[in-house]
Amino acid sequence: MSDMKLTLKVWRQAGPSAPGAFKSYPASANEHMSFLEMLDVVNEDLQEQGEEPIAFDHDCREGICGSCSLVINGSPHGPKGGVTTCQLHMRSFKNGDEIVIEPWRAKSFPVLRDLVVDRSPLDRIIAAGGFISVPTGAPPDGNAIPVAKEDSDRAMDAAACIGCGACVAACPNASAMLFTSAKVVHLSLMPQGQPERNRRVLAMVNAMDEEGFGGCTNYGECQAACPKEISVENIALMNREFLRATLHDRDGAPRVAGTM
Amino acid sequence: MHLDAKLPAGPLDAKWARHRAALRLVSPANKRKYHVIVVGSGLAGASAAASLAELGYQVSCFCFQDSPRRAHSIAAQGGINAAKNYQNDGDSAERLFTDTIKGGDFRSREANVYRLSEVSVNIIDQCVAQGVPFAREYGGMLANRSFGGAQVSRTFYARGQTGQQLLIGAYQALERQIGLGAVKMYERHEMLDLVVVDGKARGIVVRDLITGEMSSHAGDAVVLGTGGYGNVFYLSTNAKGSNVTAAFRAYKRGAGFANPCFTQIHPTCIPVSGDYQSKLTLMSESLRNDGRVWVPLKQGDTRAPGDIPEAERDYYLERKYPSYGNLAPRDISSRAAKEACDDGRGVGPGGRGVYLDFAAAIARLGEDTIRERYGNLFDMYAQITGENPYKVPMRIYPAVHYTMGGLWVDYNLMSNLPGLHVIGEANFSDHGANRLGASALMQGLADGYFVLPYTIGDYLASNKLAPVDTSHDAFRVAEAEAKAATDRFLAINGTRTVDSFHRELGQLMWEKCGMARDRAGLEEALRRIPELRAEFWSNLKVLGTSDSLNQSLEKAGRVADYMEFAELMCRDALEREESCGGHFRTEYQTADGEALRDDAHFAHVAVWGYEGPDAPPTRHREELEFEFIKLATRSYK
Amino acid sequence: MNRFRALWQSVIGKKIAMAGSGLILVGFLISHMASNVLVFVDPAKLDAYAEWLHGFGGLLWVARGGLLFFLLVHILAAYQLTQIARAARPTGYHAVDYRVSTYAARTMRWGGVLIAVFLVYHILHFTTGTLHPDFHPGEVGRNVIEGMQVTWTAAFYAITMVSIGAHFWHGIWSVFQTLGLNHPAWNSTRVTVATALTLLVAGGFLSIPVAALLGLLP
Repeated sequence: MSDMKLTLKVWRQAGPSAPGAFKSYPASANEHMSFLEMLDVVNEDLQEQGEEPIAFDHDCREGICGSCSLVINGSPHGPKGGVTTCQLHMRSFKNGDEIVIEPWRAKSFPVLRDLVVDRSPLDRIIAAGGFISVPTGAPPDGNAIPVAKEDSDRAMDAAACIGCGACVAACPNASAMLFTSAKVVHLSLMPQGQPERNRRVLAMVNAMDEEGFGGCTNYGECQAACPKEISVENIALMNREFLRATLHDRDGAPRVAGTM
Repeated sequence: MHLDAKLPAGPLDAKWARHRAALRLVSPANKRKYHVIVVGSGLAGASAAASLAELGYQVSCFCFQDSPRRAHSIAAQGGINAAKNYQNDGDSAERLFTDTIKGGDFRSREANVYRLSEVSVNIIDQCVAQGVPFAREYGGMLANRSFGGAQVSRTFYARGQTGQQLLIGAYQALERQIGLGAVKMYERHEMLDLVVVDGKARGIVVRDLITGEMSSHAGDAVVLGTGGYGNVFYLSTNAKGSNVTAAFRAYKRGAGFANPCFTQIHPTCIPVSGDYQSKLTLMSESLRNDGRVWVPLKQGDTRAPGDIPEAERDYYLERKYPSYGNLAPRDISSRAAKEACDDGRGVGPGGRGVYLDFAAAIARLGEDTIRERYGNLFDMYAQITGENPYKVPMRIYPAVHYTMGGLWVDYNLMSNLPGLHVIGEANFSDHGANRLGASALMQGLADGYFVLPYTIGDYLASNKLAPVDTSHDAFRVAEAEAKAATDRFLAINGTRTVDSFHRELGQLMWEKCGMARDRAGLEEALRRIPELRAEFWSNLKVLGTSDSLNQSLEKAGRVADYMEFAELMCRDALEREESCGGHFRTEYQTADGEALRDDAHFAHVAVWGYEGPDAPPTRHREELEFEFIKLATRSYK
Repeated sequence: MNRFRALWQSVIGKKIAMAGSGLILVGFLISHMASNVLVFVDPAKLDAYAEWLHGFGGLLWVARGGLLFFLLVHILAAYQLTQIARAARPTGYHAVDYRVSTYAARTMRWGGVLIAVFLVYHILHFTTGTLHPDFHPGEVGRNVIEGMQVTWTAAFYAITMVSIGAHFWHGIWSVFQTLGLNHPAWNSTRVTVATALTLLVAGGFLSIPVAALLGLLP
């Protein structure tokens, strides 16, 4: 177990409207620690010295809840790829490294404190149409409608999205297309999702735009940053869905799906 | 304390149908006049909030996470049980019922468990309709796999992310209602108190975790779906934020807490690697199908595993349980690992680990077959430990995983406090002393989708609820108390951080009230917890203010509750002088080290009532009656 | 019309407009390149081609108007999308680490501006002759050869053609993505098509100034 000495350059910001700045802190770690555990130790030290700990979002610490959200040396969730920050271990760094830690940056994700941002726009995109309108009750038997394994597997690939927002953070345009498309594609691939297919994509894209995210210019950074490796193929499929729905749908213009 | 379980009479398979038919209804036009508060947005909370809003109730839903989709149900891996009998292998509601009662070591209610088994099939239908991408066969039908404690394949799954997919299904239903304005969602809000007016639960006090603002919310009924309390051990497979606060504060307002000592320890987790460890990660139990568990024969053997010859290894599960071998049940495997480590034969840093060795399986089946079966788990292990499990045996150790205990509820999922409903892991209802794999998701969704929406209507229709709003004194008092408690943390200005207290409490609980318990240890814990608590209240250091996002302050509140709750758990463990399921008292075991139940004295639910800060809690009983299934001893020899 | 307005109002709609107008401009560039390389065969053929085009009279102006319209749509959509993207990230990162995005993708906007500037110059240079040192209306082949004799002009053309190539390559690939033409089995073909078209068009254009710089023009 080798110990390493690091210098952290961390964005500190007392509140949503307070100005922020980078602050440097020494840190020590060993290769077995997760990145967040390294920060835990820094926070313990800070508190002992009377300085308020660095605030960051985290919860499950096993890569599934989508809470953790740090941009590490310019990469959302760090340099490793295919993992969340909480799954990033310090063996990905070496003694003497300077590590720059920043919050997700987007107008739609205002900083609440230090490294914590508000990602509620993603929930509102789902609320606009990211569902199948089926109230609790007595739907048909689970096996009543066969679902091709390929479709269900592809839907699962898209549904693996954890809603962390790394795609937005990574995109030079701060676009939420990968997030939105993952849900559109998940539901449009399932036979159960067909009845609402048009209004879903219209409403979700409309909500996405209204939240102030940028457009997609096919950089591909979102896919590279996605801890669940969700493919930009979904974006292409959403574009197609959107075009199709705009031309087909009898109501034409996007609205909130549930209220039409 | 009045404990009327309201169990319906009649034949087992008719109880729920008859009970449901007799429940009083709220007419559609009147539903919108009722306001229901749902705390928690996991499988239970989200499914309940969505379903109630669909029915027409006004719903407010609260979660401490930044989105309802992040509740810890999301982390469940394996699957969800349902008695569909799609595999034509003889499954039925009766069989799921029997498995669950036995698995729970005969410490759960027959009527509840049967209802759970019955509605399990509706859950799958509902989730499929929501678009949950369950695993499918090539013909388009739903796939199943088998799981521990059952002889049929009844587990439905979505890769290793079943909890995630089911939660997203419920979350989407919830978001739909939010979009329609039927549910008002409060993210990043933590419940700090339950407000009781005229003996009925009428609201809650919450703290906005961003602004620190306290606010009160009044309603006609309160539903807690706030999860389990595994984090009392500090290290567990629970999310960092999982806490007992909502349930414990409801307990302090008069709700009974049932069987707090029933905790489940999962045998295959990645061991602790250092004192900075913040949480434990579960590795699927399925690994034990091909891995062999062993420790060195010699104490303190520090040789690399490959350098230890066969003759100097102890394959202790194969030795002790020749017929089940490495597939011995969860509780037994966990205890055996602990014994080996207690004996000084544990491996890895700190000596708290045992090997799970795939060398024999790789030699027999080839690395490719093993990769095909467990590739993703091996990758996850390699990511966390930096070791290659194809070459070096995995190190595993048991970890706290689930808590069967919780707030006491009757058949209608209502606590002894009228109006307070408790669903999911937060209640004690269906798993007895041990939960079967893939049953937690089933119970959470059963409660939220198919039980509570019926029973809560009965409560609302049967009670004349006087209009109450937050200007009522009870709200003002509760809010002021919550504010004072929060400010108190900031005023202590001691020298130790919240985490250091939590870690010490967790260590103590793990040692004295963990996998194996005994009188001496529990009594020691009951001496030491109040000391630690006293130090907590005099030497805690929380910086910052209460009017901003302050994560240490949030933790302080949760740890303060654990400091009291831990004592309740130890008390319950001490009073339950038998071994059953997840509760193993070393004094009560058979000659071969198996759990020795005492049905004559302990076939009951222990329900604890709060008696104020200066008096010990009182222990009440709900006797368990077994009409349809015969009490028997579990045996895995 | 309502649904077209709705389309234009969304970021995806603007991208679709960019893709559609881009495709038309690509079509124009292919024919423009194909005619330009006639200069290698025989400058007089280029003159004849120009004369043939002029023979269309009013229709030529309709085509020019159409091209201008799609160009403006392309530019307007690009401008608006850029504004939306800038507004979407008011505060940038201190550390920047691009992982997979190509230089071509990241220079689309400045590349576009360069192309627009070039276009103005190009029209003043070869269409109106305003900036041509020795312009002879109707003698297209000669104008090209003479125009390219000025070293800095040829160098500017050459650099711009490389830039157009990058713009073209990312643009064509993006058209597939934006119009939803996506299938794992065909995705590598999309890149191949983009690369082949880029090499053909940009390479064809580039050959003229490069040949001029090397003294290879007739």
